[in-house]
Amino acid sequence: MANYSVLLVAALVVLSVPILTLFIIVPLVSAYRANKVKLEPYECGVPATSLAFDHRFSVRYFLIAVLFIIFDVETVFLFPWAIRFKQLGWFGAVEMAIFLAILLIGYFYAWKRKVLSWV
Amino acid sequence: MNPWMTYLIWPLIKFSIAFIAVQALVAAMNWIERRLLGFFQARLGPNRVGPWGLGQIIADPIKFLLKEDFVPARAEKVAYYLGPILPLLPSFIVFCLIPFGPPPTFAVTNNINVGLLLIFALTSTAVYGIILGGWASNNKFSLMGGLRSAAQMVSYEVPLGLSIVGVLMLTQSLELEEIVRYQEMNSWNVFPQLVACFIFIVAMNAENNRTPFDLPEAESELVAGFHTEYSAMKFAFYMLGEYSLMIVNSCLAVTLFFGGWSLGMGGIGFTTEVMQKMGWVGGLIGTGIFVTKMMLFLFMYIWFRATFPRFRFDQLMDLGWKFLIPLALANIFVTGIVLLAFPSRLYGDTVIAVGEIMLTVIGMIVIALTLVLLFKPKRPKVINASRVSEA
Repeated sequence: MANYSVLLVAALVVLSVPILTLFIIVPLVSAYRANKVKLEPYECGVPATSLAFDHRFSVRYFLIAVLFIIFDVETVFLFPWAIRFKQLGWFGAVEMAIFLAILLIGYFYAWKRKVLSWV
Repeated sequence: MNPWMTYLIWPLIKFSIAFIAVQALVAAMNWIERRLLGFFQARLGPNRVGPWGLGQIIADPIKFLLKEDFVPARAEKVAYYLGPILPLLPSFIVFCLIPFGPPPTFAVTNNINVGLLLIFALTSTAVYGIILGGWASNNKFSLMGGLRSAAQMVSYEVPLGLSIVGVLMLTQSLELEEIVRYQEMNSWNVFPQLVACFIFIVAMNAENNRTPFDLPEAESELVAGFHTEYSAMKFAFYMLGEYSLMIVNSCLAVTLFFGGWSLGMGGIGFTTEVMQKMGWVGGLIGTGIFVTKMMLFLFMYIWFRATFPRFRFDQLMDLGWKFLIPLALANIFVTGIVLLAFPSRLYGDTVIAVGEIMLTVIGMIVIALTLVLLFKPKRPKVINASRVSEA
């Protein structure tokens, strides 16, 4: 029988290690001599002109994330099909080919619209 | 037997052993990697602390513990702490699900029938730690590193998932133990799924931000990438998460493509049945075989780091989106057509899986040809002595 309760307890074991170290052991043993300059964001030794929170980042990252969701969901659909692949036979294969073909149209459209090129 | 013992205490003891072993291995990897990189570059590497520098394994964590641990004044405090802690969760919990040796004793939990799916669901959350840490540091270099890392990990998640599909079509199961059993009864998946194995290894290098793809921490452009603002123990936890994910991916590659704990193919050799007859000793030998294969993969990571130069970011995205994804889809297509066109046939009393055997033979031929081409003795260039003297 599958036993998933261990995962939860294992998560507690794993979490306890960084929490114990970072919040109890480290304050006890490590050195702490921070000053104003040390706590500034590092920028090659020059005083920072602006903070990272002032800036916005490229929309390309968002497009890649959207494409990723589409393809990852596709992968999740492929998994159960692959497991029952032999029972489903040609019928399942053709169904999956149609599904993939629809996705590939979108993929090549994105390729043509230069979503996938970074320069 | 007491259900608390079977379902909680024993698995927990086994998990604790695996947890401590992996942490020790990560600390050792640090030394092994530096030492091996030294040898690759014709220098010695760290050799001062203890015999062959072995004391470095203990000295490094102690130094991490004693270093100054501060939070930058303008950082987002909660997310800044979550950054290094979050990736630890998936990368260690996964060790509950990986069978290190023959069942029933040598895995933390047995018979997880969605094993592979669960592992992928867990490991893909590792990207959160990096993007949270990169954003929360409030540093432009960190932000760029975090975003790059997120885009890269997300892009290579897709070929990684797609390359598994071919394996699943052969093994017809998501259970890792079943996949290993299939491989020892038929052949290691690396032969019938050679292309999938190639894609998996490339994608797992990219997932771990290892050297041909280590753009999130490209020193020459981004200082240290997403962990520019991290010091002392928090930095150590980032490293711990990253290296344990490397170990997870090596374990996965061994289980999916290289026969897991077994040493033998087609039901011949050192298989699960043989090990189970030998009892504890057989199980320990099986675990030893698994760990040896895994160490070879870890060596491969270091070898790649010493060999390949870094990609440019657009080349990296091109490789992922324009080469690996179509290749993985083509692999699924070809595998499907071959398996359906040549179904298993009954010859006398034995079932012969024609399609699987065809794929295996093709894979073996390709590997043999590659090896022959790689190790073909090169004909030494004949230098014409008279011409040299004329010039």
